Amino acid sequence: MKLQELVDSLSLEVKTASFNLTKEVTGGYVSDLLSDVIANSKEGNIWVTLQTHQNIVAVATLRELSGIILVNNRTPDTETLKKAEEEGLPIMVSPLPAFELVGRLYSLGLRCQ
Amino acid sequence: MPVADYMRRDCEVVLMQNKCEKTAEGVFFLTGKDFSNAGVASSELKAILEKMGINHGIIRRAAIAAFEAEMNVIIYTPAGMMRYSITPDYLKIVVEDMGPGIEDIALAMTEGYSTAPHYIREMGFGSGMGLPNIKKNADEMKLSSTPGAGTTLEFIIKIKRE
Repeated sequence: MKLQELVDSLSLEVKTASFNLTKEVTGGYVSDLLSDVIANSKEGNIWVTLQTHQNIVAVATLRELSGIILVNNRTPDTETLKKAEEEGLPIMVSPLPAFELVGRLYSLGLRCQ
Repeated sequence: MPVADYMRRDCEVVLMQNKCEKTAEGVFFLTGKDFSNAGVASSELKAILEKMGINHGIIRRAAIAAFEAEMNVIIYTPAGMMRYSITPDYLKIVVEDMGPGIEDIALAMTEGYSTAPHYIREMGFGSGMGLPNIKKNADEMKLSSTPGAGTTLEFIIKIKRE
């Protein structure tokens, strides 16, 4: 599944790197602890979190995640937007809380893999 | 010179060496609380390993361990440095800091134990997983510390070429 399909299906607001939505999503991971994400997410995963600071970009880039979805309409910090754009990392925002959003990602066929 | 410039300059030199060699070494200077550059050293190290054609699984483990080590310096200490040396057989990383040191290393190695202040935890750091993550991903790890003077972390990841 491509990022663009997630954006369309879940009406996500794309905040950065809209040129990079052709990336393949391999699965998903949800966590707000950065060490957990870096240890347990997989390449190409979509990451669901409420963290908005710039270090989420470093984590996603190091782990080669396909993108980040911020829940509850959280607003990414200015520095986060700048770094994500530079790295070509799509950050998307959903109005849904994490539980609801992950449920929908699961319904679309994504798994923790 | 700002720390970031040091790091860039250092990496440029190392990348030039890598074009024809299977070894590399260098150092990254880390500044405490500099969250805007947090992760830069690990990312650069990952890029160097990729250029050298190291096995992807090895790079993944190196990136995780280096990131955790880098974040520890940034979160808990005023400054430190991360030295790396890459040979055909192994990657060795030595991180020395001038932080408060660790009173009880066994306790610090316990998953879930953390001394991070509230605002650090709010950022999603300080979950007490950093040192255990390093141990899990390294083949060898050595942690020594003098309370009040600083901490030295060494780890080795063996390299198997594809």
